[in-house]
Parts: sequence; C-alpha cells; structure tokens
Amino acid sequence: MASTTELPPAPAVLPQAATTRRRPSQLGRSRPNFLGGLGGWIWLAIIIVPVYYVVITSLKNQAGFFTSNPMLPPAEPTLDNYKLVLENDFAKYFTNSLIVTVGSVVPALFVAFMAAYAIVRGKGRFLSWTNNVFLLGLAIPLHATIIPIYWMITKAHMYDTLLALILPSIAFAIPVSVLILSNFMRDVPNELFESMRLDGCSDWAMMWRLALPMTKPAVITVGIYNALHVWNGFLFPLILTQSPDTRVLPLSLWTFQGEFSVNIPAVLASVVLATLPLLVIYVVARRQLLSGLTAGFSK
Amino acid sequence: MSTTTTTPQRELGTGHTTGTRRTLEKGPSGWLAVPALAFFMLFAILPLLGVLFLSFTSWDGLGEIKLDGLSSWNTVLADPVTGNALLVTAKIMFFSFIVQAPISLLLGVFTAASQKYRAALAVLYFVPLLLSSAAVAIAFKALLDPNFGLGPGLGLPILAQDWLGNSDLVLFVVVFVIAWQFVPFHTLIYQGGVRQIPASLYEAAQIDGAGRVQQFFNITLPQLKYTMITSSTLMVVGSLAYFDLIFVLTAGGPGYSTRLLPLHMYLTGFKANDMGAASALGVILVVIGLALALFLQRLGGKNRNASQLEGA
Repeated sequence: MASTTELPPAPAVLPQAATTRRRPSQLGRSRPNFLGGLGGWIWLAIIIVPVYYVVITSLKNQAGFFTSNPMLPPAEPTLDNYKLVLENDFAKYFTNSLIVTVGSVVPALFVAFMAAYAIVRGKGRFLSWTNNVFLLGLAIPLHATIIPIYWMITKAHMYDTLLALILPSIAFAIPVSVLILSNFMRDVPNELFESMRLDGCSDWAMMWRLALPMTKPAVITVGIYNALHVWNGFLFPLILTQSPDTRVLPLSLWTFQGEFSVNIPAVLASVVLATLPLLVIYVVARRQLLSGLTAGFSK
Repeated sequence: MSTTTTTPQRELGTGHTTGTRRTLEKGPSGWLAVPALAFFMLFAILPLLGVLFLSFTSWDGLGEIKLDGLSSWNTVLADPVTGNALLVTAKIMFFSFIVQAPISLLLGVFTAASQKYRAALAVLYFVPLLLSSAAVAIAFKALLDPNFGLGPGLGLPILAQDWLGNSDLVLFVVVFVIAWQFVPFHTLIYQGGVRQIPASLYEAAQIDGAGRVQQFFNITLPQLKYTMITSSTLMVVGSLAYFDLIFVLTAGGPGYSTRLLPLHMYLTGFKANDMGAASALGVILVVIGLALALFLQRLGGKNRNASQLEGA
C-alpha cells in the first residue's frame, strides 16, 4: 500500500524512469518459471484424467467397456448409452431441475433484493436485527435442520412435490444473497438517491429505477451462485421427494446408478448429459459464471 | 468490502446517524425486509429450534412425536458410532484442509499471472466446478474401480487397488476426491485475491533485486492474508457439508470408516428411523459449526464479515 502513495511523484521523470523501471519486471517475466509450469501441468492431468475417462467410457458399448483398455478411447464409439439415458425420462428430470432452480432463485433474488435495499437505505433497530439474523444464518450448517424441515413438509402435505424443494431452497439462498447484494448496494453513491428524492421519487421507485440498475452485476452474480447450488443440490431432493415424477437431475444420477448398475457406460453418459447444460453456459459466459461461483467473495 | 459493511452497522448501533440530511429522510420502510425474513425464519430459524426440540423426543419419522426426555441424547452419547463419526469428521476436515489450502494458494498465484498458457490451463482447471457432487462421486467410483478403472488402464498395478473398499485407504481417497472437487473453487478465490495486489509492490521489489521466491513470501503471502482467512473458513466450515459426495461415493463405508457426522445424522434419521437421535446429532452439528465459525472469525479479526462463512 505504501508504494502506491509513493508513486505519484514519478511521472515528472517519466521518460528515463519508465525504461529503467520496466526492464527488471520484463526480465523477471521472461525467465520462465519451470517449477510452477510443471506443477500447473501436473494439476491439469489430475483434473483432466477423470473427465477424459468419463467421456470416453460413456461412448463405449458394454462389451467394449469390459474388454478394452479403460484409458483408451473406444474403437467404435457409440451414442447408444446417451439414447438409453434420454429414453429413461432424462428430459423430465431436466425439466424438474429447471423448474426448481428458476422457482427458487427468482423469488429468492426478489425478496433478498428488497431486504438488502431496506437494510442499506433504511435505519432502525428492526433492520439491524434482521441483518444480524441473516449473518447468523451464514454461520449455521443449515442441513442440520433437515429433520424439522422434513416434518414441516410432510405436515403441510407437500412431501414429494417440487414446491417442497423450492420453499426451503429459497430460504437457504436468502442470507448470502442479502449479504452480497447489500455489500454492493452500499457502493451506490448517496447523492444519486438524494437527487432522485428531490425529484419526488418514492423509495419503492428508487429501489427499482436506481438501486436495481446500479447493482445489476451483483444481482446476476448472486443469481448464478444460487442457481448452481440449487441445480446441483442433492440433500433436499433426497429427503423431500420420492417418486420419479419429482426427481431432479442430481438425484436421477444416483438412481440411474442403481437402475443401470453394471452398465457403467450408461451411468457415465447420464453424468455427461447432466453436466452438459452447465458446460454450455461455461463456454458461452465463462466470466459471469466464474464470478458468480465465488459470489463476490473476492469483490 | 469489510470496512463499508461495518460502518453503517455501527451507525445504527450507537444511534448517531450522520448529519441532518439523513435524519430528514425517512428511508425505506422496514416492511421491505419482511418477506425475506419471514421465509428465513420459517424454513431455517424455526427448524433450528425444531431440531433442538426433536432431540428430546422419540419419533420414527411417520408416527407420532412423543416427548422422551433425554433418552435420545443418552443413546447418541453412549453410541461409539457417534464418537467415531466425530473423529472421521475431524480427520476429513484436517486432511482436506492441509491438502487443499496450499494447492489452491499456489494455483491461484499461478493462474493470476498474465501468461497465455496459464489462462488456457485455468479454463480447464475450473471444469470440476460445473459438476454436482453426485456426478463427481459417480465418476470417481468408476475411475477407481480396480478392474475397469485407472489402474488397469495405465497398466500400473499400484493404482489397481480396491480404493473404496479398503478401510485404511478410503479416508484418503475421499480427501482426494474432495480436493478434486473443491480446489478449483478456492483457486478462484485466491486468483481474485492475487489480482488485487497492486503491481507496484512487485515492481518496487524487483528494483530492490528481490527474486521470485522472495517476492512470493514477502509480498504475495502477506497481501493474501484476508483471502487466506476467507478461503480457510469456507474450507473448514464447508467440510461439515460434505454429505452428498461421500453419501454417493462410499455411503459411509466400508464399515464406519467414512461415516462423518452429517452422514451419520442422515442414516440415523432416515435409514434407522430414529429421528430423535438424529436430531441430537443435528444439534451437535450446529454447535460445532457455530463454534468453528466464531473461532475462525475471531482469528481473522472483527473486520471480516460473515459473507465468508457460506459453505461451498
């Protein structure tokens, strides 16, 4: 930090200083870091080998799986495994996952955004207490609560419905969403709110016409973070649903494993198919997805 | 981030709101926070109290809930499996921390640099983030198969072990798979942290003739202090959440060798149908989680807010 404050006087002697100063850093960069590079490639191998294995195995037929070398690609690649998975209601599980994810994330963002706006712009004991409740919620391993949630859901006759997955997912997404949204909302200059107020805007109008546009990147980030967690969630579906009609993708992988048992290529094809949508998003919008993954932890 | 979050709270707490301008405004109504609060109270805080209540009852999950005093607690505390589950949890927490922390730190530094090949490698490094725990577990179950997996594929007998069936090895296999899944996430956090270090620090160090290793220890590491606390907290508290991965990978076995606390709670409640005992285990889980979070937060100083505590 100290050096950033020392820097400003430098421009006065820029012409010579710039050349002498830049050279060492270029020298430093040009000397390759062999050790680091080696480590980097080793880690790449660790990451890629399982992915490679899953993909090539999913393209083998069952006989090929038992007889060929496990690490070599199939001599005659086949898409039969994918066909089998798709014929086993994969589309339904996919739709269920989509409904649960959208149905959880959109309401969670909506209520969390309002709460963050109130917490940042408002004042009073109630709001600071609310903020503390959400902070506390972040420190609790929330799946310790699955048993009472199971009880509540059965009592409300919602067991084995998609709503049973949506409601607790909304609740669990709220604390982190409120926290990150309010962190970003505090950066919106107060003057903007004041000038809108002078124009006679209500708080409700300011929330949607000023706060929302100004924090849009944060809203997207939090949305992605929550969506990934709900999409990949396993525990709620495991305890709150039962029938194939309400099955979501992660749970379907587990049940495929039971149904196809020894047909490993088909099981792995289901893994590939379940990951494909996210892979497409990763290819198309890598930056947003990655910033969403850390949910502004490194803001 | 940390300072901006603490100041408004302090204003609220001590009651001296800055200037007359703010007091003239009413600010938005507290009602805006009510929907979020209601949802959270109903599905998180209320169940939290519920788990405490249920730990004093006996319930099979279907029939009636009967008050049963301390009998669930007696069962849980007398059961050697509980102690074992705590031990397994502690071991997995410890080993996955000492494996993940240095690797993520180094990879974060590695991928934050500007070289093109590093950026390309980083794209592939983050692929595990896309997979659900169930998918990761299923993939590794197949890959670690002693007959049709990695070992025979590479022709290396040492890799052709019964990784998931050997109770001496399985814990380390689980730690490895956890690292495979979660190191990318922490790499991402460290990468963000490294990119925020002012380049001028390195330039100054180079003028002083500091080598790469010296720069790493004298600039990078100290500058990453808060990133390390964030990442470590997420690793430690998050390891209480390794349920789905281990459930699909080993189901807690062989024997009880990978049956960690959350899994033990699930199996006690939903397989052995003893919801009372499972609730007692849930209470233990909450207490450990809270204690760890508070401890780590204190370690990091009060500036660090709880956003860092969300499990991965």
